Amino acid sequence: MTDAAVTAKTGGARPASPRRAPISASWLGVVPFLLFAGAFLILPTAYLVVGSFQGANGALTVQNYIDLIGPQTLRTYGNSIEISLVTAVVGGIFGFLLAYAVISGGLPPILRGTLMTFSGVASNFAGVPLALAFTFTLGRVGLLTLFLKGIGLDTYAGGFSLYTKIGLEIVYLYFQFPLMVLIIAPAIDGLKKDWREAAENMGATSFQYWRHVALPILMPSLLGSAILLFANSFGAQATAFQLTGGSIDIATIAISRQMRGDVLFNEGLGYALAMGMVLIMAVSIGLYALLQRRSERWLR
Amino acid sequence: MSGPSINPIAAKAVMDGALAPQAQAGGRRTGLSARIVWWLVFVAGVIYFIGPLFATLLFSLKSRALPTASTDWFSQNLSAYTNLLADPQFTKTLLYSFVMGLITIAVSISLLVPTAYWVRLRLPQARRLIEFITLLPFVVPPVILVFGLIRGYKGPPVPLTGSDFGSNVLLVGAYVVLSFPYMYRAIDVGLRTIDVQSLTEASQSLGAGWARTLWQIILPNIRVSLLSGAFLTLAIVIGEYTIATFLARPAFGPYLSLIGGNKAYEPAAASLISFGLTWIAMGLIALLGRGSRVRVQVAAAH
Repeated sequence: MTDAAVTAKTGGARPASPRRAPISASWLGVVPFLLFAGAFLILPTAYLVVGSFQGANGALTVQNYIDLIGPQTLRTYGNSIEISLVTAVVGGIFGFLLAYAVISGGLPPILRGTLMTFSGVASNFAGVPLALAFTFTLGRVGLLTLFLKGIGLDTYAGGFSLYTKIGLEIVYLYFQFPLMVLIIAPAIDGLKKDWREAAENMGATSFQYWRHVALPILMPSLLGSAILLFANSFGAQATAFQLTGGSIDIATIAISRQMRGDVLFNEGLGYALAMGMVLIMAVSIGLYALLQRRSERWLR
Repeated sequence: MSGPSINPIAAKAVMDGALAPQAQAGGRRTGLSARIVWWLVFVAGVIYFIGPLFATLLFSLKSRALPTASTDWFSQNLSAYTNLLADPQFTKTLLYSFVMGLITIAVSISLLVPTAYWVRLRLPQARRLIEFITLLPFVVPPVILVFGLIRGYKGPPVPLTGSDFGSNVLLVGAYVVLSFPYMYRAIDVGLRTIDVQSLTEASQSLGAGWARTLWQIILPNIRVSLLSGAFLTLAIVIGEYTIATFLARPAFGPYLSLIGGNKAYEPAAASLISFGLTWIAMGLIALLGRGSRVRVQVAAAH
């Protein structure tokens, strides 16, 4: 490893190869990967970037971005952001409590492994089957809906609908809180028992321990995880599409409509919509990476 | 194996969990009242998790076969399942997605193992760049990726969306890209636990070339990581909806969506099957993780 680093930096130690070759020759080894990533990830994204700066006639323009800040698209983004924020905060809090319960809450240790496996399943159980499962539960003729109606609580008459924002949030929480469990568990593991004992020895109450020790240490992880949850929900498409039949007004659905070439079809605007999403994702993931690095200072 | 939509963020979280060293169970004594509260939190989580699955199960059992059919319990209660299995589209789409999953795994491994190996051995200065690229799918969600693919490859110079073969290439390409974050991480962690340098030198001094070293020395040594990655890929590729739909592929995700719209009880059965298979994949990953940890500990004890 170190040898390799030295070899590469000094520009060649293999006696058989010419003096300058190893630097360039070594890079040849990652060319297949770079080509593949270029063809299936970078170029397609670059295509959208270029398209977002082109008008209908192909000329350079920023009109698409001006259109992007129209009331219609702002509402679309607003809905996406609202849903993502709500599910990130609620899922984050509940996921944290759940992870804390099995790690440090005095529950039988076997529950931890079970919860972790279940979280792996549930955090990946998005998309069509999840939307269907909730339709069977809280849909118009869902089991829980009918049960509640039976005891005199008509949710749909009361204004609830699974196929709206609040419904989508309930469904998204199904994969959001397990994701929180998965990514916050290492941070909770990192809370050393000594810290708590030290605090207690100095006469701190449980509240003081949390207020002055545990929460400040956990804060970067908690914030970072919530941001990752935000990004996770922001990029979700299949669940919303299946649940609402594409009628809900969020960013991923708007892009799906542009792809299908539906009403209000505007190719350039579609590209700009996609770029707006990439930008929001990039900022979220960047913030997450930053907070993650900060949390590693304590939790190692 | 069948499952949900592909999501690099959740998949990577699973992989990180499987790769993390298992922490000792916290033995701190907790007061009774606090313990009751934590139990309540846990039970609430279990209810949220089980509820929709339970409703789906009941729905899938509601279907009734023709009244004249035999009266045994199976054909009375499981007709949603038997109908599903009798539907040729069910088997066909499931098989298609399964094969695409296998191809994705093969391409992903044969692309990422040599790359990670090479970076570790000869090109450490490329580590940050490669890692950055493997994490880009976090920023470009599937719906945007497929948007770029169908627009970028719809016409000259490389028209791919027009033919079945071309569309399959795009599908696998997209799935491989979405496997980057967790696959690369699994392989990298696997390589970290073995002495790549010494193994390579030993292998080459015995006369093996690069290909043979990779295939016979490196690959077997990181097989646990690779298997975890493979199961995860299968679990998330087979039910994938977004990319398969927009590429118009005859995959299981779009099929599930279709019957979800026009059938009553079969979608419930299909969702449950899909869920059960995801569970199997995740269980296998957890099992593999535990197994590898035991082996590491045994090795360390020598």
